[in-house]
Amino acid sequence: MARKMSGRHVRWGLLDLLVVIYALFPVVWIASLSLKTTATLADGNFIPRQWSLDSYQQIFQTDQFVRSLINSIGIAVISTAIAVVLAILAAYAIARLDFPGKKALVAAALLTAMFPQVSLVTPLFEIERRLGLFDTWLGLIIPYIAFALPLAIYTLTAFFQQIPWDLEKAAKTDGATQAQAFQKVIVPLAAPGVFTTMILVFIFCWNDFLFAISLTSTERARTVPAALSFFTGATQFEDPTGATSAAAVVITIPIIVFVLLFQRRIVAGLTSGAVKG
Amino acid sequence: MADVVLDKVTKRFDDGTIAVKEVDLQIADGEFVILVGPSGCGKSTLLNMIAGLEDISSGELRIGGQRVNDREPRERDIAMVFQSYALYPNMTVRENIAFPLKLAKIDKATIDKRVNDSAKLLELTELLDRRPANLSGGQRQRVAMGRAIVRSPQAFLMDEPLSNLDAKLRVQMRTVVARLQKQLGTTMVYVTHDQTEAMTLGDRVVVLRGGAVQQVGKPQALYDNPTNIFVAGFIGSPSMNFLHASVADGMLRTAVGDLPVGRRMQKMLEAPDVPDELVMGVRPEHFLDADLVEGQDLGPGVQFESTVDLVESLGSDKFVYFTIEGASASAAELEELAADTGDTAMLSGSNLTVRFPAESTATAGQPHRIWLPLNRIHLFNPATGRNLTLHDGIAAGVASD
Repeated sequence: MARKMSGRHVRWGLLDLLVVIYALFPVVWIASLSLKTTATLADGNFIPRQWSLDSYQQIFQTDQFVRSLINSIGIAVISTAIAVVLAILAAYAIARLDFPGKKALVAAALLTAMFPQVSLVTPLFEIERRLGLFDTWLGLIIPYIAFALPLAIYTLTAFFQQIPWDLEKAAKTDGATQAQAFQKVIVPLAAPGVFTTMILVFIFCWNDFLFAISLTSTERARTVPAALSFFTGATQFEDPTGATSAAAVVITIPIIVFVLLFQRRIVAGLTSGAVKG
Repeated sequence: MADVVLDKVTKRFDDGTIAVKEVDLQIADGEFVILVGPSGCGKSTLLNMIAGLEDISSGELRIGGQRVNDREPRERDIAMVFQSYALYPNMTVRENIAFPLKLAKIDKATIDKRVNDSAKLLELTELLDRRPANLSGGQRQRVAMGRAIVRSPQAFLMDEPLSNLDAKLRVQMRTVVARLQKQLGTTMVYVTHDQTEAMTLGDRVVVLRGGAVQQVGKPQALYDNPTNIFVAGFIGSPSMNFLHASVADGMLRTAVGDLPVGRRMQKMLEAPDVPDELVMGVRPEHFLDADLVEGQDLGPGVQFESTVDLVESLGSDKFVYFTIEGASASAAELEELAADTGDTAMLSGSNLTVRFPAESTATAGQPHRIWLPLNRIHLFNPATGRNLTLHDGIAAGVASD
C-alpha cells in the first residue's frame, strides 16, 4: 500500500517538475541574461560564467526606467482599485438583484471582454489626442478599467453567487439595512473573491503592452513594458539585452509580492459553517 | 410581543404564478402557529412575506395592529430562524448573537448581559468564542435561535429550523423549541413540512396546499375532523387508508363490504353535486381486531375478513398490512399527496394499514377478522375533496342520523 502510494507520488512529482521547468525556463533564462556581463551575453552559456549586477545598476541609473516603474505602479494600482470597486457593485447586483436589463448588462460585459483590443487602438488614439488624454495616466487608466471590468465582474459574480443568500436575509431580519447587510456580512465573506479579482486585474494592467505603447509617447505616462522597448544600449552599437532582462526581472517582483501578500487571504472555506455542512 | 393578522394576503410572482392565495389568518399574541404543507405549498413564501423578505402582492399584514406591508424587515421587529441556520461564518458565536443588538446600537454592557443570558438559556455559554465552522449541527441550530431570542422581538418566525438535524436531535430540539416558546411567551410562526412536528408543537396548525389554506385548527381537531381529503391524507402517520366506495341502493359498496348509511348521510349523498363514486377514508387505528372486541357493544359497523400480508410489531402496537381486492380510490388531491410524500401505497387503494393492540394475534399469511365501526368512516367527494361526513365541523361517520 505504502509502496503503491509512493509510486504514484513519484509519477505525479515528475509530472509537476516537468510543468514547473517548462514554466520557469524562460524566467530563469531572463534572470541569467540579466546577470551576465555585456561581453558574455551571447556566449551561449545558460549559467553565467561571470556574474555581474551591471545591468541592474544601469537601469536604475537611467531616469527612463525609474519613471516608467512609477508610472506602472501608479496606473496599475489606481486602475485595479477603481475596477474592483465598480465590479463589486456590479457583480453584487447581478448575483443578487433582479433588475431590468440584467441580461443585457452581462452580455455587454462579455462583449467588451471579447472585443479585440488591437482594433480599438487607433480610435482610442484619436479620441485621447483630441481630449488631451493622450500620454497621461488617465489615458491608460480609463481603457484598463474598461477592459478589466468584464473579467472582474465575472469572477466576482461567481464568488457572490456562492455566498448563501440566507445570510443576507438573516442580516435583514436582524435589523440591518440593505447597505449594512452588504457591508457587514457579504463583503467580509466575499474577501477571497475580491482579492483574487484584485490580483487578476492588477496583473492585466501591469502586463499590458498594447495600450501602453500606443497611447503614450513620453516618460509622462509610459509604463515599464512599453519603456523596455525603448531601451538602448550604452552606445548605439550595443545591444540592450542585459538592461532589458534586468528590467523584466525587476517588474516581475511586484507581481510576486502582490500574489504572496494576498494569497493568504484567498483561503477556501471561509464561508464554511454558515449553513449546513 | 404582538398579534399577527393576515388579511387576504396574496403573493403573485412576475411570471403570473400565484404562490399564496388570499390567506386569512389571525395569530393571537403569544400563540404558537404552525404552517404545514408539502413542498411548494407556499408556506415558506408566506413566512418570508411576514418577515418582509418577500413583497405582498395584495392583502394586508398587520403586526401588533399596525399595517406593515411596506415596512422593511428591520422595521417589523421580528426575528427569523432559517433552515440553513444562516450564521455569519466570519463572526464568533458571541458576535453572531450580538449582531442584532449591535445593529440596534444598544450599549455594550447591555449587549454583553443579554448575550450571556441567551447563551445560558440555550446552553451555549461554553461555545461563545467559537466560530460556526467548529460547531455541530445542533449547536449551530441553537446559535441561530440565540440570535433570534436575544433582542426579544414581537414575533419569531421559524423556517423549518429542525429539518437539517438528524432524527434524534430533531426530537430533542423540538422540546427545546416548545419550552422556549412557552417560557418567552412570544408569538411564533413555525413552518414545517413534517406533520409530526406540526402535530406535536403548535397551539394551532394551518395546512396549506397550492398557496391556499386548507384548514386551520388545533392539531387534534385536524386529525379527527379533516375538512377535505388532502388534510386527511397529510395529517397522521401512517396516513389514512383510502378506499373506493360507490353509492348504490342507499348503501355504500366498498371492497370491505356493503355499508349501511345513516339518514343524514343519505340526504347528503342525494345532493346533485355529489357523484356516485366516492372515496372512503379510515385511519389505521380505527379498524379493530374483531377477535379482541368480540361481544362488546361497538355501535354500528361491519366485519370483514382478509389475509394478513405483514405484521410490524412496535411493542406497544402492531401495524398490520392487508391487501384488499377492489377498485382503487382516485382523487387529484390524493395523487398530489402521494407524489409529494412518495407514498404510492396511498394510491393503489388495495393496501390497508391497520393499527392493532399488541395482544392481537394477527399473523402473516393467515386470514384475520376486522371490525370497522361506521362512525369512524370519512367519506370524501373525489371531485372537490370535501369531507361529506363532517357535521358542524365534526366528523360523524357514515351511519349518523
